[in-house]
Amino acid sequence: MSFTLPDLPYAYDALQPYMSKETLEFHHDKHHQAYVTNGNNLLKGTEWEGKSLEEVVKGSFGKNAGLFNNAGQHYNHVHFWKWMKPNGGGKIPGKLEKAIIDSFGSVDKMKEDFIQAGVTQFGSGWAWLAVKDGKVIVSKTPNGENPLVHGATPILGCDVWEHSYYIDYRNRRPDYLKAFVENLVNWDHVEEMFSKA
Amino acid sequence: MDRRMIIGGVGAAGVGAIAGAGFARSARAQSDAPFKLPPLGYAYEALEPHIDTATMRIHHMNHHQTYVNNLNALGAQLGDVAKAPIEQTLSHLSSVPEAIRTAVRNNLGGHWNHTYFWELMTPGGAKAPTGELKTAVDAAFGDFGKFKERLAASALGRFGSGWAWLVVDKDKKLAVVNTPYQDTPHMELQAKGAVIGVDVWEHAYYLKHQSRRADYIAAWWNVVNWDKAAENFKKAAA
Ligand SMILES: [Fe+2]
Ligand SMILES: [Fe+2]
Repeated sequence: MSFTLPDLPYAYDALQPYMSKETLEFHHDKHHQAYVTNGNNLLKGTEWEGKSLEEVVKGSFGKNAGLFNNAGQHYNHVHFWKWMKPNGGGKIPGKLEKAIIDSFGSVDKMKEDFIQAGVTQFGSGWAWLAVKDGKVIVSKTPNGENPLVHGATPILGCDVWEHSYYIDYRNRRPDYLKAFVENLVNWDHVEEMFSKA
Repeated sequence: MDRRMIIGGVGAAGVGAIAGAGFARSARAQSDAPFKLPPLGYAYEALEPHIDTATMRIHHMNHHQTYVNNLNALGAQLGDVAKAPIEQTLSHLSSVPEAIRTAVRNNLGGHWNHTYFWELMTPGGAKAPTGELKTAVDAAFGDFGKFKERLAASALGRFGSGWAWLVVDKDKKLAVVNTPYQDTPHMELQAKGAVIGVDVWEHAYYLKHQSRRADYIAAWWNVVNWDKAAENFKKAAA
């Protein structure tokens, strides 16, 4: 099964003013497309050809850096688009909210830790909420890595590669992360991944 | 030139006013801080049309400044790192106390890399290697054109944030390498020195070229100062 670029689940201008049309055009049509194209080229002839995306990501980690980078980024971006929606942020669904409070003490503390993870990921990478051993945790990863290759299940990720925010926020990554958490997160998709985890 | 540098200074103050109290605090601490942002040796617009003014301003005044601020924020924890020659610290990272090692790797690396990068670029200067450096490049890569292809391929091959370099390696040979994040060629590669180097963090090109890193590299060749590169080569090969 080869990788395909999914359509955005909303219009390119739907996330304005927090994420511009221009950012989404480059991010989806150029960056994500490049991961799909390169990933498919690198997948050919490997033992992972025909495997599910998750299996490719987990299997190639530490074994085939080129394939892993692109497959990892394909997985990350497929979900990243769904982790956002117009008029996002706001109330977290009940079961997920309870699990977050159990793990962090409060929703605010979780948000603070998540933003801090994104701010302190040096250079290109991601900030995450993941489920590990029944608890919700915050983590950060470099480049195309994600919690799948660290024994956890990702339920929310924020892309902190500069291409995600440079057009709209320049070097102000904290402002981008704050807007992501308060105005963009699609907590319904987070809850969906949480209930499967 | 003086006049343009003054205009640059006013711009910096403007950014400070927007950034607010944090900037004022760091500006006050600047006088006795061990690390300082070096001024560009040319105006922010001097590398147009190859490297745009907006990118130069934010890259120097915000990104480079942040590495400097982060270093100074380590304060007394810096210990000997505050006084030691920067290249010596970078080539002996394992001797830096563990508590500050990652911060030093990232921020002192960032400070060194960017200082080096500003000095390497110029509106004038030689546009291709000359003399001994030309002989060495031709011997190592075939010719200048083939070398440029090799460096561009290395720059494009660096996944995510990093740098691509022409170095004099630890065996005193010319080599094309790339490093992740703000690692410098002194670190694990233990290179004798960098002849040229190019920043391929997305912030170096996103405002003008967005996802097209290859276009940025192609434009960047126009501002590389091969006189400075020859100087770097001489120092590294000595
Ligand atoms: Fe991305
Ligand atoms: Fe940079």
